[in-house]
Amino acid sequence: MTFNLTLIAIFTAGGFIYSLILPKSWRKWTLFIASILAVYALQPPLLIRNMDFILPTVTIFVTVFVWIATLPRQDNQLRITIQWRDLFTIAVLMLLITGLAMTRFLPSEWQLLTASRPPAPLDVFLALFPLALLIILVGGIQINQPRQKVLLSLMILVIIGVFIILKTDRLALAFSGWLREQTGRDATLANPLTDLNWLGFSYVAFRLIHVLRDRQTGKLPDVSLRDMLTYIIFFPSLTAGPIDRIERFQEDLVALPEMNGRDPSRIVIGSTRIVIGIFKKFVVADTLALFALTATNAGQVTYAGGMWVLLYGYAFRLFFDFSGYSDIAIGIGMLFGVQLPENFNRPYLKNSITSFWQSWHITLSNWVRFYIFSPLTRTMLRWKRKPSSDVIVGIGLVATMVIIGLWHGISFTFFIWGLWHATGLFIHKMWSDRTRKWYNQFKKKQGQLRLWNWAGIFITFHFVVVGWVWFVMPDVGSALSVLSKLAGVGF
Amino acid sequence: MWNWLINPEQPYTWGFIARVVIKATLLFLLFNVLFASFQAMDFIGRFSLYNRIFAGRERLPYNHDDAQDYTLTMDNIPAMFATHEINRSKADDEYRVLLVGDSATWGFLLPAYQTLAQQLTDKNYLLADGRRVVAYTIAHPVMSLTKDLLLLDEAMNYQPDMVIWLVTLQSFSQNRQVGAPIIQNNPARVRQLITDYHLLLNPYDDRFKPIISHAIFGNQRLLADWLRIQSYGFMWQATGIDHLVLNSELRRNDFEEDFSWENLKSPQSITADDLAFDLIRAGHDMVGDIPLILVNEPMFIADGQNSDIRYNHFYPRWVYDEYRMIFTELATANDWHYCDLWDAMPRDSFTDSPVHMTADATGNLSQMLGEMVTDYLEFGYLGKECD
Repeated sequence: MTFNLTLIAIFTAGGFIYSLILPKSWRKWTLFIASILAVYALQPPLLIRNMDFILPTVTIFVTVFVWIATLPRQDNQLRITIQWRDLFTIAVLMLLITGLAMTRFLPSEWQLLTASRPPAPLDVFLALFPLALLIILVGGIQINQPRQKVLLSLMILVIIGVFIILKTDRLALAFSGWLREQTGRDATLANPLTDLNWLGFSYVAFRLIHVLRDRQTGKLPDVSLRDMLTYIIFFPSLTAGPIDRIERFQEDLVALPEMNGRDPSRIVIGSTRIVIGIFKKFVVADTLALFALTATNAGQVTYAGGMWVLLYGYAFRLFFDFSGYSDIAIGIGMLFGVQLPENFNRPYLKNSITSFWQSWHITLSNWVRFYIFSPLTRTMLRWKRKPSSDVIVGIGLVATMVIIGLWHGISFTFFIWGLWHATGLFIHKMWSDRTRKWYNQFKKKQGQLRLWNWAGIFITFHFVVVGWVWFVMPDVGSALSVLSKLAGVGF
Repeated sequence: MWNWLINPEQPYTWGFIARVVIKATLLFLLFNVLFASFQAMDFIGRFSLYNRIFAGRERLPYNHDDAQDYTLTMDNIPAMFATHEINRSKADDEYRVLLVGDSATWGFLLPAYQTLAQQLTDKNYLLADGRRVVAYTIAHPVMSLTKDLLLLDEAMNYQPDMVIWLVTLQSFSQNRQVGAPIIQNNPARVRQLITDYHLLLNPYDDRFKPIISHAIFGNQRLLADWLRIQSYGFMWQATGIDHLVLNSELRRNDFEEDFSWENLKSPQSITADDLAFDLIRAGHDMVGDIPLILVNEPMFIADGQNSDIRYNHFYPRWVYDEYRMIFTELATANDWHYCDLWDAMPRDSFTDSPVHMTADATGNLSQMLGEMVTDYLEFGYLGKECD
């Protein structure tokens, strides 16, 4: 099941009940239980048997293991450190997952919480019980901080490894084939889209890395298992972000029992964001999708003007679709008392590529700035023979933007898309550094400044729009063909 | 960006929420009442970006289950015609010919530029008075004379000079008259036809969809389709594609020993009343003085196993022969302009069905029709092909 209108209506209605009726002390548990159930309900059906039940379960248990790995460590003594509240969370988790499996005995039309018929409850319990024991035991093993850092690094590498497998077409296909062989299915029918469509993994992975990395650097606050799970798989932002930060998210969770559920401001703002998001996603974006650039229609267009229309269609469709989802997520989050961060701020009206990246998928940009750009440039600055600041910035930008590109899928076109933006950002940085004095004088001429701004918006918008060609086309040849057709060549 | 929402001039109160809900409900009701009172769906349907921003489509919208067709199947007849190139002013030198029919006339498995109408227009037939023959496809891939009449009724608003109605036996089947969604979703129009032309159809047939409402509520699908067909205009303009031409399986040449057609299991005598000839009569009444030429469309004639029993997988020989005989008798008795081209095309002219033709065969048929039009207008005679 995808994030469709029915689910949005259910979440919104749930938000009203939660705000207006539910006892305050139930709020944290309600968010936790709703998120656990939603991770199964939102998972699309997969063709490998039980895979659409297994993948959400893996998401949950990977999060649990990450939580264990990030528990504060002081000494090397062996003792049970998991608190009773967290053991209770594990018990609730076991009950919820086994309970979901028990919906197997309901008529198929009542199996609404899982993508397909769940596995047998006994099998689920027998698989989960040793896992729960392992969690308690592993949670009791104390290691010193240097060893914990190594463990955390290993976990980050594992998450990146899984990410690379899922995002690389060939590896995903091979893995899908291998899974099919293990389950006695025809490996020649392997298709990652129908076998391995792991809902929200891209976002879950980045949240997990954020948590692991913040523990390494000592910034991670103490978080209960329930709050960690709620943060990682918070249902409004599971499928399409925003990527919140755990310390900010936790502040909202702490404030939940005191939140005024009947605050009209929160109801109005949350509901309005949902309505605007629905309009952007289901009316504007879905209409634009009918004439947005695709690999198929790119080959059918017969003149340059048509190709530009398709490219503009794609650019606006992407914005309205993505920002619409973000609005819906933020709106639902507000109804449930969680203020998710903004993800877009009129990106196509920015007059420089730097401003664009401060207003497009803001939470992802911030993530890579915190965990890629800043550490990388800081490291280079500490080198004995450090390169010039321009070179450091250049390398930092390339690394950052290439990673943003590859986050969408590991392919040469996404790599080039990352380079495209890195180049744009670098040129803009060089330009603004070298023209700062002139620009300060120029700012006094209001009329010319306005014209300058509009020219900047026009150039930035078209730089981004032409860059989308690399984003949407599946290979370099077809991307070059689209670019040449945009220039009126190649028809 | 969200300042207007987050920091309002007056703080939000429950009174504010109540006022917004009440006003929104009242506005919703008001818009629905206005929408229903003015039959706004018909009005909106007639408004179109086609023939203004985008080129008009060469045939009525129909989607054969593929997103790459850049069109969709819709049931709002004014909206369908509004997308069509016929919805433009008629040139002074234009002799407007409408081709009414089923999927064969619509051009199934043919690109828009190779339809029967398009190939007929491309041949540039000139009449004695200097006008050129411009043909328009008013066909739709449904085999039902009721559907043909429904579309012809709307097409009469577009100043035709001549109508050529291409038919085949399937369209005469009484079972097929109300089977298609385009008919079931236009009950008011069909009932009007039944009343105006005394058709033998049941106006209260269960298959007619009840009109839940003329308001916005109840017409969401039609409104969404209208919006989507406008959006597809960009793709139509940019690609010229409205139907994906796929390599389909070839029509069958071998058959079981099967004598059945529709509900008739074995050879028997049929009469004109068993077939929907009342709709052909209605078509003549509808067009009035405008010439109407009936064409029994070409079909595939098999030579494989049991081809002595069946002409093709549509028709056993016995029923088709009876149909042709009845049609000829009625045409003669009623002085209809009738041309029987049932065997005019060789076997290799047909694609996936006994009536869908290749582009070349369609071109040949367009030539026959072109000569038929000019011969009729010059000599009052349909030409040698129809003898």
